Amino acid sequence: MEISRRHFLKIGGICVLGLVAQPLVKAFAQSDVSKASRDPKALTGKKWGLVFDATKCKYSEGCRECILSCHRTHNVPAIDDKKEEIKWIWAEPYENAFPGQGHEYIAAEIKEKPFIVLCNHCTDPPCVRVCPTKATFKREDGIVMMDYHRCIGCRFCMAACPYGARSFNFKDPRPFIKEENKEYPTREKGVVEKCNFCVERLDAGLMPACVEACPHKALFFGDLEEPGSDVSKILRSHYTIQRKPELGTRPNVYYIIV
Amino acid sequence: MIRMRDKPYIILGLVIFLGLLAFPFWYNVGKASAAPEPSLDTPAIRQLSQKQCVEARSYMRKSHMQLLNDWRNWVVRDGDRIYVAENGKKYEISLQNSCLQCHSNKAQFCDQCHNYVGVAPDCWTCHIEPEENK
Ligand code: HEC
Ligand code: HEC
Ligand code: HEC
Repeated sequence: MEISRRHFLKIGGICVLGLVAQPLVKAFAQSDVSKASRDPKALTGKKWGLVFDATKCKYSEGCRECILSCHRTHNVPAIDDKKEEIKWIWAEPYENAFPGQGHEYIAAEIKEKPFIVLCNHCTDPPCVRVCPTKATFKREDGIVMMDYHRCIGCRFCMAACPYGARSFNFKDPRPFIKEENKEYPTREKGVVEKCNFCVERLDAGLMPACVEACPHKALFFGDLEEPGSDVSKILRSHYTIQRKPELGTRPNVYYIIV
Repeated sequence: MIRMRDKPYIILGLVIFLGLLAFPFWYNVGKASAAPEPSLDTPAIRQLSQKQCVEARSYMRKSHMQLLNDWRNWVVRDGDRIYVAENGKKYEISLQNSCLQCHSNKAQFCDQCHNYVGVAPDCWTCHIEPEENK
């Protein structure tokens, strides 16, 4: 049978129409509302960020409130062995927190000062790029989130993170948790974990535990894209730096040094 | 070559072979385990005016694993923490703080069925079980 040019074009046209129609049909078929919704109390932001004010922090005088509160809230085990320790938020001296941003004559008070460090919730997070299972992903509000159910413990993310913000569970963490927070899960042997910017608290309308716990108002949290937020105001009025900005990860944790 | 006088041995061998093959069947004869009876007797459920789960009982029986899977994805991946049930009622989406708040007798409830069907959901290495189980 001969196919006329006209006939061929007709069939072709119908095929193209079919291809266009398929996604449309799909979109309409799925329009029945999701059975889950956000808590109306939830704090919402476009890009969450944190500012640490080293001039106010009293870590060197023994204050550990931010760390204790975070680790208690999230059932982070206290393992003393440096090689196996788990940490979501901790302190580093200047030369570890900001390598390459100091020099030999830097003021002793800065050199010896501890800086509170945690996951930077980078705008371009290398950990998200390397995760083979999408267990680490970026939420729309900028939080770099971990889905522990998907983590296979490959530790690519730990190799990729330039801030050492991730810890691996070499053993069952449960025996090392002094008082369990019964409202939050623990982790298990074989998964990686890190700070989650307190998503579970933000989703319920609360500020991050570290920010709330700081008795010296050295931590600020808010939406960087919102000009009226605490963090935006502070960033506009102070000189602040980030950790390892040269790597292009665009961290969202900022530091006031002096 | 099969010889006629070997017949008894062959038959004996076959009988022993079939007997061994059927071992699981005759070993379990008369031992049929009783159907599980998950207990709904918990302080939280006793206080409910309407003894209702988040969805209808038949749905929960059949599909609680899919529901938990959805719950997990909604919370972890989308940040949606309120579940709107078929009847419009709202629940906090949480394995520890919702399911096991009502079903605080995990050993007499979840485990009853799971042991019977031989599934062992690996949730409890991370999600904390209620006190009553220990
Ligand atoms: C508000 C309290 C409450 C919550 C929350 C709750 N349940 Fe229930 N559940 C019940 C009650 C009451 C029943 C018995 C319902 C009935 O008899 O109609 C039940 C029944 C069930 C059944 C069927 C048991 C049977 O013997 O047929 C399963 C399975 C179940 N629940 C699992 C879950 C899971 C999984 C969750 C969390 C996703 C959950 N429940 C959350 C109260 C609750
Ligand atoms: C009425 C009996 C019954 C009760 C009660 C019950 N389950 Fe189940 N559950 C089952 C059965 C049967 C399966 C396995 C289904 C299959 O093999 O696909 C299952 C599977 C699961 C799975 C998936 C396991 C896997 O490996 O895929 C999870 C998770 C689960 N149940 C959680 C719970 C929790 C939590 C409770 C208590 C709040 C509970 N179930 C109570 C019968 C029950
Ligand atoms: C490796 C640890 C781990 C294991 C194993 C695990 N979970 Fe989770 N799960 C978590 C963490 C951590 C969260 C995050 C809680 C949050 O952000 O509120 C979570 C959240 C959830 C949530 C939503 C919020 C909540 O608080 O319940 C559900 C539902 C859930 N998991 C179900 C399951 C089920 C069902 C299993 C077993 C089949 C399981 N999980 C196994 C660690 C785990």
